[in-house]
Amino acid sequence: MRRALRWLMAVCVVVATSTAAYAADLRPLVQALGSGGYSGTEKALAQLSEAGDPAAVPVIEALQAGDLYVRKADGAVVVARKAGDAFTLTDPLTRAALGEAPSTAVEKIRVNNSLRRAISASLGALTLMSPDAGVRRSAADAVFKSRDASALETLNAAIAKEQDKGVRAAMEQARAAILLTGEAASKMTDADIQSATDTLTARGDRDALVLLNMVAGSGASDVTKKLAAAAVSTLEQKLAFWAALQNLWYGLSLGSVLLLAAIGLAVTFGVMGVINMAHGEMVMIGAYTTFLVQEFFRAHAPGLFDLSILVALPAAFLVSGGVGIVIERSVIRWLYGRPLETLLATWGLSLALQQAVRSIFGPTNREVGAPSWMSGAFELGGLTITYGRLWIVVFAFAVFAALLVALKRTWFGLSIRAVTQNRPMANAMGIRTARVDALTFGLGSGIAGLAGVALSQIDNVSPNLGQGYILDSFMVVVFGGVGNLWGTLVGALTLGTMNKFLEPYAGAVLGKILVLIFIILFIQRRPRGLFALKGRAVEA
Amino acid sequence: MLLRFFLMGLDRKAGIVLAILAILAVAVPVMTLWVPADSPFHLSVFTVSLLGKYLCFALLALALDLVWGYCGILSLGHAAFFAIGGYAMGMYLMRQIGPRGVYGNPVLPDFMVFLNWKELPWYWLGFDHFWFAAIMVLVVPGALAFAFGWFAFRSRVTGVYLSIITQALTFALLLAFFRNDMGFGGNNGLTDFKDILGYDIQADTTRVALFVATVAALALSYMIASGVIASKLGKVLVALRDAESRVRFMGYDTESYKLFAWTLSACMAGVAGALYVPQVGIINPSEFAPASSIEAVIWVAVGGRGTLAGAILGAVLVNMGKSYFTGALPELWLFALGGLFVAVTLFLPKGLLGLGAQLKAKLPGRKTASLPNTQTANQATGQTAGQKGA
Repeated sequence: MRRALRWLMAVCVVVATSTAAYAADLRPLVQALGSGGYSGTEKALAQLSEAGDPAAVPVIEALQAGDLYVRKADGAVVVARKAGDAFTLTDPLTRAALGEAPSTAVEKIRVNNSLRRAISASLGALTLMSPDAGVRRSAADAVFKSRDASALETLNAAIAKEQDKGVRAAMEQARAAILLTGEAASKMTDADIQSATDTLTARGDRDALVLLNMVAGSGASDVTKKLAAAAVSTLEQKLAFWAALQNLWYGLSLGSVLLLAAIGLAVTFGVMGVINMAHGEMVMIGAYTTFLVQEFFRAHAPGLFDLSILVALPAAFLVSGGVGIVIERSVIRWLYGRPLETLLATWGLSLALQQAVRSIFGPTNREVGAPSWMSGAFELGGLTITYGRLWIVVFAFAVFAALLVALKRTWFGLSIRAVTQNRPMANAMGIRTARVDALTFGLGSGIAGLAGVALSQIDNVSPNLGQGYILDSFMVVVFGGVGNLWGTLVGALTLGTMNKFLEPYAGAVLGKILVLIFIILFIQRRPRGLFALKGRAVEA
Repeated sequence: MLLRFFLMGLDRKAGIVLAILAILAVAVPVMTLWVPADSPFHLSVFTVSLLGKYLCFALLALALDLVWGYCGILSLGHAAFFAIGGYAMGMYLMRQIGPRGVYGNPVLPDFMVFLNWKELPWYWLGFDHFWFAAIMVLVVPGALAFAFGWFAFRSRVTGVYLSIITQALTFALLLAFFRNDMGFGGNNGLTDFKDILGYDIQADTTRVALFVATVAALALSYMIASGVIASKLGKVLVALRDAESRVRFMGYDTESYKLFAWTLSACMAGVAGALYVPQVGIINPSEFAPASSIEAVIWVAVGGRGTLAGAILGAVLVNMGKSYFTGALPELWLFALGGLFVAVTLFLPKGLLGLGAQLKAKLPGRKTASLPNTQTANQATGQTAGQKGA
C-alpha cells in the first residue's frame, strides 16, 4: 500500500514537471475559457485544439466533466471538486493544489450542446495528434466506434501527418467508417466508396463486418449497398476461415494438454499394462513441486523467477518418478498379471495421495505464477495465440520426441521393450526385470510429473487437479491403441480437435458428451484402439 | 417351477442371510414404533433411514457382485444404473408434490417454472402413476445396460477396456444430467419430496415402511441372484469368468449369457436407487460421479468377491465406517478408504468371507479345499509363475 502511494506520488511529480514546460503557452488560452460566455468558451476551445498540445487534454476533460470553475476573487480558471460543503481547488494545468473555497466563491463554466460537440471533437483531435503512438491508435479506434463526422477534418490532417504504418491504417479505417455511414456517402464517387469498403475489408474483424452489414442494409445509394454487400461476403468468408484456423489451434492446444497427461500413462498402461489410477495424482504432485520450487525462488532469488519453471521440470520429474518407484516396489509388483486388482489398489493410492496433499497444503488452490516469457500473446493473421499455450504445445511434442528416442534408441529403452515382449527370455539374457519394471514405472510417473509442471500454468493447482485428467488420459490411450506411442499422439490430437470443433455447435458440455459417446462406440468397432498391436494370441 | 428356481439357490449361507434380513424386517419396526423412546432398545427414525441407506448400497453391491464376482465383468459404472433408477423414482415423487411447490404451479415442478418452461417434457409423462415409475425403475437401467452390453460384448470388449468404457458411460451421464436443459433439475437434482403413495414421506411409519420394503427387495434380489448362480446358467457364467475363450470354443453363446447377467444386475441396481431416493430425500447428478462407482467395487472386494453374502456384508461395513469417519475424523476418511483398497487387494483377495478359507489354506499339512473362487486361485498361481520369471 505504501509502495503504491509512493509510486503514485512519483508519477504526479513527473506529470507536474512535464506539464510545467507547456503551462506558460497555454495559460492565456485556458484563462480565456472562463470569459465571454458560451461563444467565448467555444472560441478559446478552438484555439486550444489548434495549439495541438496534449497538455490541454486534462483541462478539456475537466470542462467536459463540469469540473472547471472560475474563482470569483481573481477570475482564475480552476478545477474544483466538491469535498463536503466546500470545493477543493487545483490548478488545471500544473495540478497544484490551490486550497479550498466555499461554493459561493467559485462559478461553474457552463457548457451547452454545441459546446459539448466541440469538446469531444477537440478531444479527439488532440489525442489524434498526440506524440504517443499508442494514444493516437486508441483515439483512432474510438473514432471508428463513434463514427463522429465532426472528427473527419482532424482525421484527414492526422492521416497526412502520420508516420506509423499501423496507426495510419487504423486512422484510415476510422475515416472509411465515417465516410460510409455519414452524410458524405451520397456525395462520394464510386471509386471512393470502393476504396472505403476495401479499407474496411482489410481490417477484417467482427466490428468491420457489423459496420458493413449496417451500410448494406441502410438507406445509402445502390452502388454503396452493392459494394458493401460484396465486402460483407468476402469478409464473412475470411472470418470463417480464420475461425476454423482458430478452432484448429484450440484443438491442437487441448490435444497437446491431453497428450502431456496421457503420455506417461502410455508408458505405464500402454507398455507395462499396469492400470495406474493414481496417474492423475502424479500429475498433481508435479504441479505441487512446481509450486514449491517457485516458493523457493520467490523467497531466495526473486530476480531469477523466470527460470523457476526450468528448475521445476527436473525437480517434478524426480519427485513424481520417485513416488512412482516407491508405489511400484511396495504395491504394484505384487499385482502383476491381475489388472483389475491393480486398478483398485492404485485407485486407493490416489485417494490417499490426494488426502495427503490436502492435509499438507490445504484444500484451496495454490498460486503458480507464469514466467514473463510465457505470458502475453501475439497475433498471427486473424489468430490470437498466447505464449503460454504455444509453449505447452512445443513442450508436449518435445516430451513425446524425447520419450520416443529413449524407448527406441537407448539401452534402457531396449530393456523395457525386451521385458514387455518376453519377460522370461529377457531375464535369461541377463536383464534384471524387476529393476526394469520399477524404472519403467518411475519413467511413466516422472513424465506425468512433467505434465504437472505444464498444467500448473493453465489449471488450478489443487489436490483435485489430477482427477480431472485421469479419465481423459485413459480415453486417449485406449482410443489410440495400447502399447503404441504414435497411437497416443494421434489419439490426443484427434480427441482435442474433435472436442474444439464440436464446441461451437453443441456447447462445451454436450461436445464432451458426444466425444465420450464416440469413444464408446469406437471401442466397439476396434476393441484394441486405433493402432492395435497385431498378434495371434487369444486371451484367457 | 419358479419355486424350484428359488429353492435351488437356498443353501446354508443363503438361509443365514435371509434369516438375518427377516429378523431386521420384524425387529426394526417394533423397536422404532412400539418400544418407548427412553428404552435402550429404541431406534430413532434417523437410524432407520441410515440402515435403509446401507441396505440400498448392499443391494447395489449385490448387483455388482453378480457381474464382477460371477461373470468377471468389472463394471466401474454401476452407480449410473443406481442413479437412473433413483431419478425414475425421483420423477414420480416430484409429480406427487403437485401444486405444493414454491411457485405453486399445478403442472410443472419448481425447477421447470424457474427455467421458464411452458409444458412438461414428453419423457415426464406417465410419472404421475406409481406403477409407471416402478416399471421405469426396472426398464430404463435395464434397457441402457442391454444396449451397452449388446454392443460391448458382441465386439468382445473385455477386461480393463470394458471397465474404462463403463467409466466413460457414467461420466457422460454425469455431464448430461448436470445440464439444465435435460429437464432433470440440473445440478440441484430432484428434491423437496412430499408424499409417496399418498403417505407423508417424512412420517415415521412411512420411513419404517420404506425400510421394510428395502429389506424385502434385498431378500428377493438375493434369492434371484443365488437362484441364477445355482442354475446351469450360473455354471456357464462362472465358466466364462474363468476361461471365456474355452467356453466359447465349446459352443456356448457367451455374449448372451453375459448380456443376461449384466442386464439383470443393472435392473437390481436401478431398484436399489429407487429405494434410496425416498429415504435420503434427494437425487442429484453427483450420484453419477465415476468415483462412486469405484467405491461400490470396494464394498464387494471387502466383503468377498464372488460371495453374495460378502457383497452385502462389505457394503454395510464400509458404509458404517464411512459414517463414523466422516463424522468423527473427516481428515482421515480418504486415508482409511485408500488404505482399505490397497490392503484388501494385497492381503484379502477373497475378502472377509474368504478369510477363513485363506487362513485354513495357510495351515501346514492341510490341502487347499476346493476354493469358491477359482479365478483368483488361477491368477495367484499364474502370478507366482510370473514372479519366478521376474
